[in-house]
Amino acid sequence: MTLLEAVGISKRFGGVTALHDMSIDVEEGEAVGLVGPNGAGKTTFFNCLLGLLHPDAGRVTFKGVDISGQPIHKRARLGIGRTFQRVELFSGLTVAEHLLIAERARQGRGGLLSDLLGGGRPTVDERTRVAEIVDLVGLAGAADVPVEALSLGHARLVELGRALITEPDLLLLDEPSSGLDRVESLALAGVLRTTQERKGTAVLLVEHDLEMVQRVVNRLFVVDSGAVLAAGPCLEVLGDERVRRAYLGRGVA
Amino acid sequence: MSNLLNYAIPGIPFGCIYALVAVGLVLTYRSSGVFNLAFGAQAYISAAVFYDTAGTHHWPTWAAFVVAVFVVGPAVGFVFDRAIFRYLRTASATVKLVAALGLLVGLPALIQAAWFGTKAKLRPPAVGPTPEHFYRWLSYGIDSNQVAVVVATVLVVVGLGFLFRSTAFGLRMRAVVESPRLLQLNGVNAERVATSAWVLSSVLAALAGVLLAPLYARVDSTNFTVLMVAAIAAAVFGRLRSLPLTLLGGIVLGVGQEVLTKYLPLGNLLVKGFRPSVPFILLFALLLFWPGLRKPDVTDPLAGVNPPPPPLAASLRDERLERLNRVMFPTFIVVFLAASLFALPSFWLFLVTQAIVMSVIFLSYTVIVGMAGQISLCQATFAGVGAFTTAQLATNHGVPVLIAMVAGALVAALVGVVVALPALRLGGLYLALATFAFALMVDNLVFPQTWAGNGQTGVSVPRPQLGPVDFTANRAFFLLALAVFAVSAFAVIFVRRGTTGQRLAAIRGSEVAAETIGIDPKRAKIVAFALSAALAGLGGALLASLQGTVSSDSFNYFYSLFWLVLVVTTGVRTVEGAVNAGFALVFVPELLHHLPGRWANLEFVLFGFGAINYAKHPEGAVEFGKRRSIERVVNWNKRREQRRPSPPGSVPPAPDEQREEVRA
Repeated sequence: MTLLEAVGISKRFGGVTALHDMSIDVEEGEAVGLVGPNGAGKTTFFNCLLGLLHPDAGRVTFKGVDISGQPIHKRARLGIGRTFQRVELFSGLTVAEHLLIAERARQGRGGLLSDLLGGGRPTVDERTRVAEIVDLVGLAGAADVPVEALSLGHARLVELGRALITEPDLLLLDEPSSGLDRVESLALAGVLRTTQERKGTAVLLVEHDLEMVQRVVNRLFVVDSGAVLAAGPCLEVLGDERVRRAYLGRGVA
Repeated sequence: MSNLLNYAIPGIPFGCIYALVAVGLVLTYRSSGVFNLAFGAQAYISAAVFYDTAGTHHWPTWAAFVVAVFVVGPAVGFVFDRAIFRYLRTASATVKLVAALGLLVGLPALIQAAWFGTKAKLRPPAVGPTPEHFYRWLSYGIDSNQVAVVVATVLVVVGLGFLFRSTAFGLRMRAVVESPRLLQLNGVNAERVATSAWVLSSVLAALAGVLLAPLYARVDSTNFTVLMVAAIAAAVFGRLRSLPLTLLGGIVLGVGQEVLTKYLPLGNLLVKGFRPSVPFILLFALLLFWPGLRKPDVTDPLAGVNPPPPPLAASLRDERLERLNRVMFPTFIVVFLAASLFALPSFWLFLVTQAIVMSVIFLSYTVIVGMAGQISLCQATFAGVGAFTTAQLATNHGVPVLIAMVAGALVAALVGVVVALPALRLGGLYLALATFAFALMVDNLVFPQTWAGNGQTGVSVPRPQLGPVDFTANRAFFLLALAVFAVSAFAVIFVRRGTTGQRLAAIRGSEVAAETIGIDPKRAKIVAFALSAALAGLGGALLASLQGTVSSDSFNYFYSLFWLVLVVTTGVRTVEGAVNAGFALVFVPELLHHLPGRWANLEFVLFGFGAINYAKHPEGAVEFGKRRSIERVVNWNKRREQRRPSPPGSVPPAPDEQREEVRA
């Protein structure tokens, strides 16, 4: 069944057409890649999917519901999680606090009244869940470290953990490997594979690192100049002549 | 038609002054990131120098003008920058705004007290030729002062536009706001650029002050408030960016106000309040409806190199200290209670009670500023709403006082939501300005009404009674206040630790990221506003009942500013900070009162030092002091342990001790 479907997304910034009639779809539990040269419109498209930007045309459906007009947090509640290209963490809080906040957000539990009655302490369940995810992303030693003290690689893992703990049906990852060394990228790819296989989380991955892409995704969309250039199974698409030209430049191809 | 023009033309010079100040605001904001609310105070200093030299000492006008505008003005800007704002280059917009507010609150009082004292105010001399020259064109007249104002404004706007758009210096000034550190990395002395920007904008302030002086019969604080608000409105009209739009906004406002004043009917209280509130209403409306106002999301690309904010002192643990604390804290509470109840004379008990009541009001800042990270400049208004609701219900409708107090808190919470709802779209600086405009509007339009605050006459609130317990006696009321404070303080602590507090912390850290995990930032902030307003309202109601009567003067907009600066200086993240602010507010003036007369201005000097200290320690003086003393004890303990002869094979000091020190 189709989980996410974006149809005919167009976005202009002044005179620049960033997206022109982009359409993609993601099946349930599937890992899909979105690649393309810099400036192809990948991040813009991501932001349109999530509601950080409002497309000029087109519509986004998720689980069969049109979410085009919904605010970001409602889309998140429906089951879309994401990470950012430029890491966005809650400065001043520790790794465990990041996860706890996200876990509470998932439950949608706890309000002013229960806080006032002293019900704000983390429950045993919440602690276990947090510990689980900390282990999964491999940050077990750093749970109580303020996020400012982490390296970029670890910060990306915190973002991933924060998204995973909300149990999204679809995880949008915006260049998760940028700024990571090879070992860190591989570890990240490993975590992604595990969650996708175990929890059946669908993944939409925007990425430059083709090795990472090949490790994680089954199906690939190649974007160039704000439109889909090619789509299909990973290896097939990467072998395509047009793709090689757009991606690697004429001289190399 | 010609009638209308006759009204409109005198408005133009006023409009020009508004525009001049507004342009100064925009310039400072764009070149230092500070929305300099103290701009009016700076103008006031130069106006004062101009009075004093040209008026009192009979200097030639040009000499007085040069000294006031080109010597004193830039000197003041230089001092501000060196003493305060250079510590804030990379600080958040909130911190910068509070520092400017501190100057706005402290400066005029300091100047007036230190300099002019009781000296009679003189009519300021004119800048243009004396006697004034009248120019006539058809049937419209304009005098030389007014012409001077218009000419100066146009020159300034054109000159600044050129500076910003077409010079390397202008480019650097724009860059230094984005990231002083990136500018440094590109080989530019960012410090010098920022200081120059301050000096330049201070010349503008001085010019505005001197030009403004002759237009009003005399410069008093009311005129300055109106001037500042009108200028802010003009700056908002220009979206804090466009100089031509700012100029236009100022002139339209000046003309509009004159024309409106002539045409509005003289009538009832509402209209009387409406006339001076036009700029406030306009500012509020502009903030809510003017398109193109976006959240100023200037983030320093190098923000990642900032050290993390220091942990709350409470998170530093030392076993010995904790054991000591477990004994000391209850002892202190018992001694405090016993002393208050049995030993203190009635007068001092009253003061202690007042301090506790103020602490309840100040807890509202802990919620909205400390937890939600929003600057609200209408907390005194919320307190007033609580107080007047209680008064009206208790005195005129026979509701039991305690119930009326709760109702007061609830009504205040409701008002808080109503203010927050539309303003939250903007957040940050614009939200602060909207609350400021709201406070001024309520001051002028609502609080003077008989059904609300009943103006300066005020309303009376009886002491509450609960069954057989009568809180009329000061001791009984002290206990009531203490109980209310305890409940409020625990509420704040629980909320901070709980889901709401965490959500707010997340939103403060990254609003976008918070949204992508399903948190609704709007809702969280509205909850914070409601809770904060409720606490302020509750405190206001208690204060009213303590004092017996309150008038609209007890809660005017100035208190909102003053209280904010006070609480933020002592510490806005903790309950202790609020308590310390409460006691400081009541006892510092009381103690200074007992000093010899020439120390009378010490209060304002303290305030100034508070502002400077705040710039260096934005977490607040109390929090800073507490953390430092805990660290000292911890380090002292460690040193003592190290000095002890270590048994063979013992481990060297743990590595995390070093981390602790680095963090400190």
